[in-house]
Amino acid sequence: MNTTNIKTIFSKELKSYFNSPVAYIVMIVFMVISGFLFTMSFFQINVASMREFFGSFFIQLVLFVVFIPAITMRSFSEEKKQGTLELLLTKPITDIELILGKYLSALTLIVITLAPTIFYFIVIKMIGPIPFWPFLTSLLGYILMSAFFIGIGIFVSSITENQIIAFIVAVLICLFFFLLGKLLVVFPPSMVSVFEYLTTDYHLSNISRGVIDSRVLVYYFSMIFFTLFLTKVSLESRKW
Amino acid sequence: MSIKVTNLTKYYGDYLAVDNISFEAKKGEILGFLGPNGAGKSTTMKIITTYLPPTSGTVEVDGFDVEEKSLDVRKKLGYLPELNPLYYDMTPVEYLDFVAKLDGIPSNEIKKKREEMIKVCGLDSVRTKDIGTLSKGFKQRVGLAQAMINNPDVLILDEPTSGLDPNQIIEIRNLIKKLGKEKTVVLSTHILSEVTATCNRVIIINKGKIVADGTPEELQAKSKGQSLVTLEVKNNCDKNALSGAIKEIRSVNKVEFVKDNGDSFLFNIYGEHGTDLREVISNKVMQQKAMVLSMQTKQTSLEDIFRELTK
Repeated sequence: MNTTNIKTIFSKELKSYFNSPVAYIVMIVFMVISGFLFTMSFFQINVASMREFFGSFFIQLVLFVVFIPAITMRSFSEEKKQGTLELLLTKPITDIELILGKYLSALTLIVITLAPTIFYFIVIKMIGPIPFWPFLTSLLGYILMSAFFIGIGIFVSSITENQIIAFIVAVLICLFFFLLGKLLVVFPPSMVSVFEYLTTDYHLSNISRGVIDSRVLVYYFSMIFFTLFLTKVSLESRKW
Repeated sequence: MSIKVTNLTKYYGDYLAVDNISFEAKKGEILGFLGPNGAGKSTTMKIITTYLPPTSGTVEVDGFDVEEKSLDVRKKLGYLPELNPLYYDMTPVEYLDFVAKLDGIPSNEIKKKREEMIKVCGLDSVRTKDIGTLSKGFKQRVGLAQAMINNPDVLILDEPTSGLDPNQIIEIRNLIKKLGKEKTVVLSTHILSEVTATCNRVIIINKGKIVADGTPEELQAKSKGQSLVTLEVKNNCDKNALSGAIKEIRSVNKVEFVKDNGDSFLFNIYGEHGTDLREVISNKVMQQKAMVLSMQTKQTSLEDIFRELTK
């Protein structure tokens, strides 16, 4: 694998995020929503904790189910539509390098979007005692979750040349994984433990408690690997 | 051999796009791919450039197999696809730098290469404008610059002059001719004059098969080798007797009655290649007491060959 190629794609993608309104909309809207929810929970509950903040259903829904598909919808679909995929795939660069460059740039945009939460932590820290470790693992949980959903978004984007379809399908798949945890009550008790492992909710709440369980890491990394693998298969499908 | 295509066949599902074609191209050749729409030109190019794999048969570029040594092949290639692949939110400078990086040009040479291409393709006046705002001609030139920036051994151009105005077409043709001296250029087109103006070899493809291969002059010579005279005579004569009389001329192969214009008859007379039949025909017409209104002679052109082969 050639890291120069990954870097070339990565910086081109990141530049195009910041050349279009997408990056700014996502970052600003996230800041507004999270800032609002942060101050709400901060003053209502009166406890120096960020658990309420990271556990917020609304923040998670907006970030994982709306923003990530919005960021990834263009990724491959636009290249297909403009014919630039043919350019990229006839240059001396492998499919994996191309996918990783695009994947990492979307992930970087999400990390930048999440960065202001460090500011919230510092604010609380000035007022009362707040442990650093659970904050860090919660943030890590968010990033892992984003990493998985970005994989879904990029895969979906690689199967269509229509951005809108890419967006809607990615929202539906992300919503499925996101809500599965909330719907566990409807499953018979014997099956719950199986489905529980599949839900992102379960792992996110696990990691937010400050425990980095190897099962959580295995879950996320295998899901990321799987979505990237599907993307590669989808790019190769032109050859079938 | 820069390009070696052997028994290449490509199916899209059940549709046969390329049917067992073989050809070679060497350095210094500008090879024109000629054929009606859907003949298999673009498909063949997509296979040479490693974008699509062959269903069967092999393609080698500079000795590298397109399937097994795909990345090596891509390093040797410059490719301008039919749908010019541009990023509309980039400027030509940004775009060419991006492509140069992908081509693996060392970072300290990128600027030099890019400036060279901007000069060669005449992009200086638009260098910092968004590509999306450029006219079609400029977009096409950016696409050509993209294909040539890595100074490739083999240049594959799918309809390189589409969308250009006549002046630009001549510029681009001259550029291709210049490049063709030290490279192998394959270009596809359905504009016939392009082939005679630019290429030193022509392959005509129809329905996935090669139907002709040679220099433009060879193809003209090889074609039925006929000359054609159109004859218009006044209608005060017996047209059957007249055509019979003309048929008696030794070098006439065929006489065809085209139509009755009311006051005149129109004939097409086919003769052996290189002969000028006008004098003998006019003698025959006079013997029949008919009146010549007009007579024109014409050698078969590439267009006639094309029409004949791709009917």
